Amino acid sequence: MRLARKRLRVRAYRKSLQLRCVVDRTSQVKEGDLLLFSTQRNEQIRLPYFLQYYRDMGVTHFFIVDNDSDDDTQDYLMDQPDVSLWHTKGSYKRSRFGVDWLNHLQSKYAHGHWCVVVDPDEFLLYPFCDTRPLRALTDWLDSCSIRAFSAMLLDMYPKGGLNDQPYVAGQNPFEIASWFDSGNYTISRNYHHWNLWIQGGCRSRVFFPDQPERAPALNKVPLVKWDRRYTYVNSTHMLLPRGLNLVYDEWGGEKASGILMHAKFLDTFGAKAQEELARSQHYAASAEYKAYATQLKENPEIWCKWSERYINWRQLEILGLMSKGNWA
Amino acid sequence: MSVGIVMLVHTAFGRAEQSARHWAAAGCPVVIHVDKAVPRVRYDAFVAALADVPDLKFSKRYRCEWGTWGIVAASQAASELMLNSFADVQHVYLASGSCLPLRPVEELIEYLADRPNVDFIESATTSEVPWTVGGLDMERFTLRFPFSWRRNRYLFDRYVALQRRLKVKRKVPNDLEPHMGSQWWCLSRRTLSSILKDPDRMVYERYFKRVWIPDESYFQTLSRQYAVKIESRSLTLSKFDFQGKPHIFYDDHLQLLRRSDCFVARKIWPHADRLYEAFLTDAAGAMKKTEPNPGKIDRIFSKAVERRIRGRAGLYMQSRFPNEDWENGVTAAPYSMFQGFTELFEDFETWLARATGARVHGHLFAPDRVEFAEGQSAINGALSDSPTLRDYNPEAFLTNLIWNTRGERQCFQFGPDDNQRINWRVAKDPNAQISVITGAWAIPLFKSNFNFADIRSIAAQLQKNESDHMDVLRSTYAKARIRIWTMAEFIEAPMEPLQGILDEIGRTKLRRLSEAPRMVDLSGFGQFLQNLKNQGMHPYMMGDFPVEHGFETPQEKPRKPYLVR
Repeated sequence: MRLARKRLRVRAYRKSLQLRCVVDRTSQVKEGDLLLFSTQRNEQIRLPYFLQYYRDMGVTHFFIVDNDSDDDTQDYLMDQPDVSLWHTKGSYKRSRFGVDWLNHLQSKYAHGHWCVVVDPDEFLLYPFCDTRPLRALTDWLDSCSIRAFSAMLLDMYPKGGLNDQPYVAGQNPFEIASWFDSGNYTISRNYHHWNLWIQGGCRSRVFFPDQPERAPALNKVPLVKWDRRYTYVNSTHMLLPRGLNLVYDEWGGEKASGILMHAKFLDTFGAKAQEELARSQHYAASAEYKAYATQLKENPEIWCKWSERYINWRQLEILGLMSKGNWA
Repeated sequence: MSVGIVMLVHTAFGRAEQSARHWAAAGCPVVIHVDKAVPRVRYDAFVAALADVPDLKFSKRYRCEWGTWGIVAASQAASELMLNSFADVQHVYLASGSCLPLRPVEELIEYLADRPNVDFIESATTSEVPWTVGGLDMERFTLRFPFSWRRNRYLFDRYVALQRRLKVKRKVPNDLEPHMGSQWWCLSRRTLSSILKDPDRMVYERYFKRVWIPDESYFQTLSRQYAVKIESRSLTLSKFDFQGKPHIFYDDHLQLLRRSDCFVARKIWPHADRLYEAFLTDAAGAMKKTEPNPGKIDRIFSKAVERRIRGRAGLYMQSRFPNEDWENGVTAAPYSMFQGFTELFEDFETWLARATGARVHGHLFAPDRVEFAEGQSAINGALSDSPTLRDYNPEAFLTNLIWNTRGERQCFQFGPDDNQRINWRVAKDPNAQISVITGAWAIPLFKSNFNFADIRSIAAQLQKNESDHMDVLRSTYAKARIRIWTMAEFIEAPMEPLQGILDEIGRTKLRRLSEAPRMVDLSGFGQFLQNLKNQGMHPYMMGDFPVEHGFETPQEKPRKPYLVR
């Protein structure tokens, strides 16, 4: 395990040579600041809401790797006062879907900070997020000596066809994609890395009903008190050292956890799926995107009679998707 | 007559300054102790910031590490300074930098002036309280603890183990009875000075210096020696979680704190601006002159601890994935599993739904389809009827189903032809009510039109599955409510078992069963079994069926439904 971790760190360093710094505002980072790391490509339309969402939560600096966008993303990000931007033409796939790049940036800049690692379509919810800033959570986690905070990916989707309601920049995506599957998730344990492997939700139900084993993993650990020795192994699904993956209780209790609301299924998704399929830069030979592409031809409706409509985090906690644990 | 405030401060100096000023503004003398671990520069800045406040002193600094003597030494020094410098102080209130006064200080002064010789200190004998963390209750008084729990956990644990092995037992001086309680107290001048001027003080100190967490026992034990009247409760609202860490208050607790009528709360998150603003500025926010009533807050925090330790029964999620047999409830609610009933009765499902009002599914684990009630293609929680998705993790399918439909009783059919992977999970689940008529799987075969050779091999397989399942249900690990009848037994007297099942589901609309489900016509069944036997396949699960059964009483008309008044 130690060797595996070392190997990943060397790899991250090697891949970091592909990064070219565009704007470096890292000198603004102060001790105790909350940082956010993200890789993205052609997400201009999502960025305004994304940045605002995390700023309101209390994130003070954004570290963004732009994987060769050809829209206005780069200009837009350069103008933001709290963004440090790197650019790369490197292969998304060969950097293990951006993980290597971010591992490197984190080991360089995030040591001793709480940091959020999310994609531009992932929005973190944690208990009491409507009344307490993220700082309250991280202070509490510090006081309990907890280093990692779990947040399951929850796929949100609209009612009706995907293309029926267009998304505009700056809009809250969950005004459109406000529905989710509440109770069809399956969990198994990864005894090698000690993490849970969660699958299910609307992606299993609609896109992988015949091969559930290929449905994407939904377990994520996006909030970590970073140490330069840590590394993400596989997206933000798991970490090394593997003790960080023990974000769940094994003796019947509940630890505190959150939700990453996933605004993937919007009208932008069709074009994205096509593009990603053409680039084939995604996991498992883009099997996921192939499955989407075949389904998407029919402008499918993911919504079903038993879908739940999102209200707030308390609803998700009652449904058992996240938990307050002993935070009150 | 006034109240002296002793404040222990080690962090969040801005907030400490705010509350010190608040106390002082109400005329309370304040003595502040700052942890020795705080850098000199920081300390000097803090002292300078408070230089303009009258009647405010700083006491000698000690190193305060959690669980060690330092905190007691600090309280002693600060209390002595308080009693010596401010002669009109009648009560000393021990507070921390992260304490927040919730009621106007005048109310506290008045409250204490009315109770001049009462000591407010939570103090209980160790044997009677289950508060302790780490399994050290009486032992914290009888062993020695020279190593830091925070920094040298390994040595701490080893040394405790060693002392246990050697049966070390320290004697408590002067046969004091050890008491424990919250470290935040409010003592009268009389009691406090008696403790501090006790001729045996050095003896007690030597003893308590090696006690584990002395700040929760030193004053608590000794005040029992001198106090005239002890109110065993803390005036400071302070709740602890299961690791012994204080719960923290945030802005959204504002209303709760207001309604608690407590004088002081801890611990407040330093960035809870609204709380500080609300409680430190509007002195006129006068509350009623009532006793502190922290009941509601107590409930919230004890629920949080309960959730962390025991969790919600039957929930499997990202931060609760119990090991097998540690679930605190395999599933979320009671449910019933029926085996052999739909085979024996023509209209069992509709009858059961009518009689109980429960949701009655077909064979949820059938090989070709998940037979949800009313043929739905999905159910609560968007649980799909795809058998592939279900068989990917059938245990999770079951626990999800029961979790998603909390509040509505679920019943489903099962049989030896269904996915058998859930058998253990269900058998070990105290929520499961399992009723089995063994051998009833033969009825559809008997009614079918297959080749007899096929029937024979299917029957052999089903019989084997059912027999394995019955072994599971009869094992000593089974915790479900299990009833098993052979088919022969059951059709002798079907009403009694049916009544028993309904009574247990407990939602029967009628006292007595007025209508039984319609049994299928079994004429010729005995012969069918005999034929199987003649082919060398012995069906034994259904009990003894006479061959003549069908032959002698050929029933021309289908049976009438049972009618029992």
